[in-house]
Amino acid sequence: MTKPEPSPAPKLPVSLAANPVLSSWVHFSPEGHVTLSPGKVEIGQGIVTALAQIAADELDVDIGRVRMVRASTAASPNEGVTSGSLSVQQSGRAVRHACAEIRQIFLTAASDQLGVGIDVLEIKDGTISGPGNIRTSYWELADKISLDREATPGATPKKSTQRALAGNSVQRLDIPDKVFAHPRFIHDATLPGMLHGRVMRPELSGAKLTGLNEAGARAVPRLVAIVRDGHFAGVVSETEDSAEAALKALRKGAAWSSGETLPDESGLAEFLKAQPVESTVIDKKTASTPVETKRTIRRQYTRPYIAHASIAPSCAMAQWSGDRVHVWTHSQGVYLLRTDLALVLKLPIENITVEHLEGAGCYGHNPADDVALDAVLLAKAAGGRPVRVQWSRADEMTHAPFGAAMAIEIEADLDAQGDIVNWRHSIWSNGHAARPGRAELPALLAGTEIANPFPRMISRNPPQANGGGADRNSIPLYDLPSWQIVSHRLTTMPIRTSALRTLGGQGNVFAIESVLDEVAYERGEDPVAFRLRHLTDERAKDVIRAAAGRASWKPDKRAGIGYGIGFGRYKNTGAYCAVVAEIEGAEDIRVRRLTLAVDVGEAINPDGVINQIEGGAIQATSWVLKERVRFDRQRITSTSWTDYPILRFSEVPEVEVELIQRPDIDPVGAGEAAHGPVTAAIANAVFDALAVRIRDLPITRERLIAAMELNS
Amino acid sequence: MPRIQFHLNGVETNVDADPDSSLLSILRGPLGVTGPHFGCGANECGACNVIVGDHAVAACDTPLWSVADKDVTTIEGLGSAENPHPLQRAFIAEQALQCGYCVSGILISAAALLMQNPKPTGDDVKAALDRNLCRCGSQNRMVRAVLRAADEMAAR
Repeated sequence: MTKPEPSPAPKLPVSLAANPVLSSWVHFSPEGHVTLSPGKVEIGQGIVTALAQIAADELDVDIGRVRMVRASTAASPNEGVTSGSLSVQQSGRAVRHACAEIRQIFLTAASDQLGVGIDVLEIKDGTISGPGNIRTSYWELADKISLDREATPGATPKKSTQRALAGNSVQRLDIPDKVFAHPRFIHDATLPGMLHGRVMRPELSGAKLTGLNEAGARAVPRLVAIVRDGHFAGVVSETEDSAEAALKALRKGAAWSSGETLPDESGLAEFLKAQPVESTVIDKKTASTPVETKRTIRRQYTRPYIAHASIAPSCAMAQWSGDRVHVWTHSQGVYLLRTDLALVLKLPIENITVEHLEGAGCYGHNPADDVALDAVLLAKAAGGRPVRVQWSRADEMTHAPFGAAMAIEIEADLDAQGDIVNWRHSIWSNGHAARPGRAELPALLAGTEIANPFPRMISRNPPQANGGGADRNSIPLYDLPSWQIVSHRLTTMPIRTSALRTLGGQGNVFAIESVLDEVAYERGEDPVAFRLRHLTDERAKDVIRAAAGRASWKPDKRAGIGYGIGFGRYKNTGAYCAVVAEIEGAEDIRVRRLTLAVDVGEAINPDGVINQIEGGAIQATSWVLKERVRFDRQRITSTSWTDYPILRFSEVPEVEVELIQRPDIDPVGAGEAAHGPVTAAIANAVFDALAVRIRDLPITRERLIAAMELNS
Repeated sequence: MPRIQFHLNGVETNVDADPDSSLLSILRGPLGVTGPHFGCGANECGACNVIVGDHAVAACDTPLWSVADKDVTTIEGLGSAENPHPLQRAFIAEQALQCGYCVSGILISAAALLMQNPKPTGDDVKAALDRNLCRCGSQNRMVRAVLRAADEMAAR
């Protein structure tokens, strides 16, 4: 008989372990407010509300008393980057744990003061009371209790059934400001004496500034300064209009070298497969009893470069005071940005304060960090006045890092019954992450343009332990007997890539779910039944069954209408999502309806989760039907919404979401769960309607016509 | 600089500026009205929409001279937290946004629609908002919110 393992020592949640001092998270004011200071930032995902809910629940205060503080390197806990659908998971757990411990600290103090045991005390909206009408409160005790102490492992948060707010669709705290146009966005912020800056960037990819006649720009009224540092050049003016006019004039006086050659847009897979790569075996599984292969199907899938294309061009403000600089940014990671600014400026990090202000929707590593360095460099010429810099729409569409193009090859060995006995999945792609603050070199655009430039950072992939990059979601969730997954990361990077929602997840789920659909179809097996037969995880099966049930899978065949299914578990460890897509059309297809089922464990704010899933589903539909970064051999040519169309109101599908609530399972994020499954479901629905498999995204009219001609 | 006069959110407003300036740069610059948002500067996204007369137009693509003596309504003129427009109430009730950067222009397009068509269908709403871009994917909630506001206005 073996001895039972001792239960492991309790551990602090990861964000709290990194920032254990309780007062850095929570502060009580004698006036009756709780100030909560998370390290994660609002990027349109509603995190501020979810964290306020968690804190209010654990502390037993009305949510109206919770004041949320924006992240700043001056005081906030360092929670790295707000990305990867980890905000609720990391910040939420830390807040819950910290508040549970703080609640106990206050109860203990109240018990001492009131002379009764803790067990007879209760807390209601911050008031701590006991028998005989004895009472005190967080607000009364606030000045007497120091939270300048480290969190201890083992604090016990409330049971899910004791929580009043978590699990309820509390209205988001930021929405009233946004519908009443109370300035919240960095774009709407002003500082006393603020100037406006613009940076001049080349039209040809990688071109260098070889000459600059400044006379035209100097003549623009209200110009304050022209800044040139190597190939970096920009203007600072008293007004935005003047800055725009000066930039236009400066551009006329600029001479550029020829640029770098870009790949052939029409041969993306060939390009990706011909580059020097670093290859990694991501996973390998060997069958216990090998089965004879009767035949092998081999399929190749591609997805293009995809733009973040936020509705707002990136914006930042910076102000120097001697050798110290204060930066306002909508970056996803204030500390990480500070690290890179320190590298470029060759300053100690203590001289730099980076403060978050909300930007427009953020779907990954967009130019928020780049424009912050632009503002810092231009502000050097502003004599201590703050400078606000905003990128142009064209720069946002061409100089931002893109989601990386991918070529994915899957070979499935089939036995005599057409079942999969072996599976090989190979990925060719640039890395999916070149975020600031994580390497010896800065990742900021202007860092490659200044007089002593840093080399351009070649994107890398996060390790599988963190969800992987190009290889994210490439390991099958299905019970296949054997497989080998290989990722080939390009070591050249003619087109700048970094993190975009799901990293490689969208491409990999598209490929895997497409092959499965094909194998099921060839066996004459229902694709839902086929998936269920190859899954053992009940949560996975539940979302598939729920989506299929809600969509009345599978509705009778009608001409011109198709149905398809897609499934994934984001990062293989996060949210489960299954979707049934209904499409109609022939050369021009329209996605009519998406029916999704989702399991994020405990949904702190169910409507917030549904909002994220709906948004992800619609954004994924846009990627699938419309989006690709366009380029010729010299430049990015998709510079506007005309060249880079996204889904419009009239094209948006109906979206229905069923949320499977599991209040006792730790919550995970929802923002990226839908993209892969929706992509696959639409492609599978196209086959159902039109009997053609489209394996190259986006699914455009030209590709459909070509595929149907090939088929006929 | 010539002086141009117009009615901004019901208030007589005078601006001394180049008549060829975009209305957006005048609103956001000297007038400090930041509800209309810059998105593209090319009348392609609707984030800067304002109502001139009774039509929604892109302020980025509207020269200042063209609004002389006209009524201009921005989101600030639609309603306030104390006295919200039914659309603003409905957008809160439906939680009809994610990041909200596009929403000031969308509220304006929707308000212009309801001025012309108080009982729109879902398809009417989609058509009226088709020139407004939303990148977060909140379109269905926004359509529901506009229909909700129309119902509320009809019931009054």
